[in-house]
Amino acid sequence: MILTEFKPAEELLEKLKEEKKIFIMGCSGCPEGADTGGKAVLTDMKSKLEKEGKTVTGILEIDFLCQKALIRSRIKPRMNEIKNADSVLVFSCGLGIQATSAVIDKVCYPALNTITFGGITGMWQGTERCDTCGNCILDYTGGICPYTACPKKLENGACAGQSNGKCEVDPERDCGWELIYNSLKRIGKLDILNKFIPPRDYAKILPSAALRKTRLWALDEEDIV
Amino acid sequence: MESIKKSKFEKNLRSGKFAVTCEIGPPKGAEVEEIKEAAGYLKDVADGINVTDLQSSVMRLGSLTTCHLLKEWGLDPIFQVTCRDRNRLALQSDLLSAYVMGIRNVLALTGDYTTIGDHPQAEPVFDIDSVQLLWTIKNLEEGKDLAGKELTQKPSFFKGAVVNPGADTEASYELQIIKMKKKIDQGAQFFQTQAIFDAEVFKRFMERVHKENIDVPILAGIILLKSERMANYMNKFIPGVFVPEPLVKKMEGTMDKVSMCIEIASRLIEETKSYCAGVHIQALGWEKHIPAVVKNLK
Repeated sequence: MILTEFKPAEELLEKLKEEKKIFIMGCSGCPEGADTGGKAVLTDMKSKLEKEGKTVTGILEIDFLCQKALIRSRIKPRMNEIKNADSVLVFSCGLGIQATSAVIDKVCYPALNTITFGGITGMWQGTERCDTCGNCILDYTGGICPYTACPKKLENGACAGQSNGKCEVDPERDCGWELIYNSLKRIGKLDILNKFIPPRDYAKILPSAALRKTRLWALDEEDIV
Repeated sequence: MESIKKSKFEKNLRSGKFAVTCEIGPPKGAEVEEIKEAAGYLKDVADGINVTDLQSSVMRLGSLTTCHLLKEWGLDPIFQVTCRDRNRLALQSDLLSAYVMGIRNVLALTGDYTTIGDHPQAEPVFDIDSVQLLWTIKNLEEGKDLAGKELTQKPSFFKGAVVNPGADTEASYELQIIKMKKKIDQGAQFFQTQAIFDAEVFKRFMERVHKENIDVPILAGIILLKSERMANYMNKFIPGVFVPEPLVKKMEGTMDKVSMCIEIASRLIEETKSYCAGVHIQALGWEKHIPAVVKNLK
């Protein structure tokens, strides 16, 4: 199971400052087990956002938000609600946010930080990779993770080493920033790139004490499983 | 503590005089006679000397120590700092060390990846990127480290950064411009470009820079082309550098590589000088030919 935790409310509201109409999506896989997903969590977020004066155009829960084919089929009947929204708020791990961003032409904001792949049961092995770093900035990078897509983990733009869109480290590999640029261009949000991103907080990479107290973790500690 | 506030390089660049910077690559080992000789050739022609930081990810003598030596020999060093080998603690510490040694010019870079060098097994650090490195320097200059703790004395630097005018896809070109503006926002006061071999490419880039209202001084990067073999090698292995076919042919067709090298570099400078604030010449061992390359400028 992939463990996630809520982004601090202040950080999330700051991210959503300019957004007026939001569509909420949630994964009913791992987040429910980590108490960061499920119907109650999503409706609670809806009322919080409405209190902030925002409109929630709809809520959609999908079993595995890391599967692009599944997302495509499940959003079809809900396209009007998605089209009416300025952006999408996603309750899932980094893989789910990346998969959602690849399918929906809107900025997809992470509502959660991904902490660890604590036992990867159920994880979909698609092309997306999550660094489980607890600092999710996928809304800024067009749903492409700069920590897994770029070997240098660059946060403020490409290095000068790319050649014809390929990485200096491996010519078979796409330049991660080329992908980020093209993804933001696709959704008409290139201006996001002008924002300065401060250094990542590496202290968040270790799971927090609270998460280390989850049921599975405790069972494992006690050598019961 | 050295009391000099502004470096010679900063004063010359600000005066509007066409600037020349050159480069010294520290040796693999503890022998410094060769770089002392190279420094001798450059002393009267260069406003500032870049000292590379384990260039191409090859282990060498350090940039900081070499900058210190250049100062002792009467030159004005530009301390190249990459993010490949040091985390934010070590980077901040080395910047303070540089200031205490009287080094006033810094060039902030991301750095090549570890696997292209001679220690491909090494851990690539990249704790912060080049834009964040400039932001870090700005913090130090304001008297605070990245943890927000107060410093006993604020350092002060003339801060430079790098840009590639020859990025070959729409995304990479636009990202170069976006990142350049971010670097300026975070304190970059001058730019040195990735090596150019095509004056037209540089001219187009500078037109774009003007359109973006960027008025930070830019020094065009020039590499002395020593042979056709070197050109082919760079085209194949050096990220971001491209030598056009006609120049490769010119080198192939001559017996006198030195004269051809000087001719190519001088012409590039002649063709680009009206668009930029100066040139940054990388001689890669041919430092003694730089006076001939820049003789028409002085």
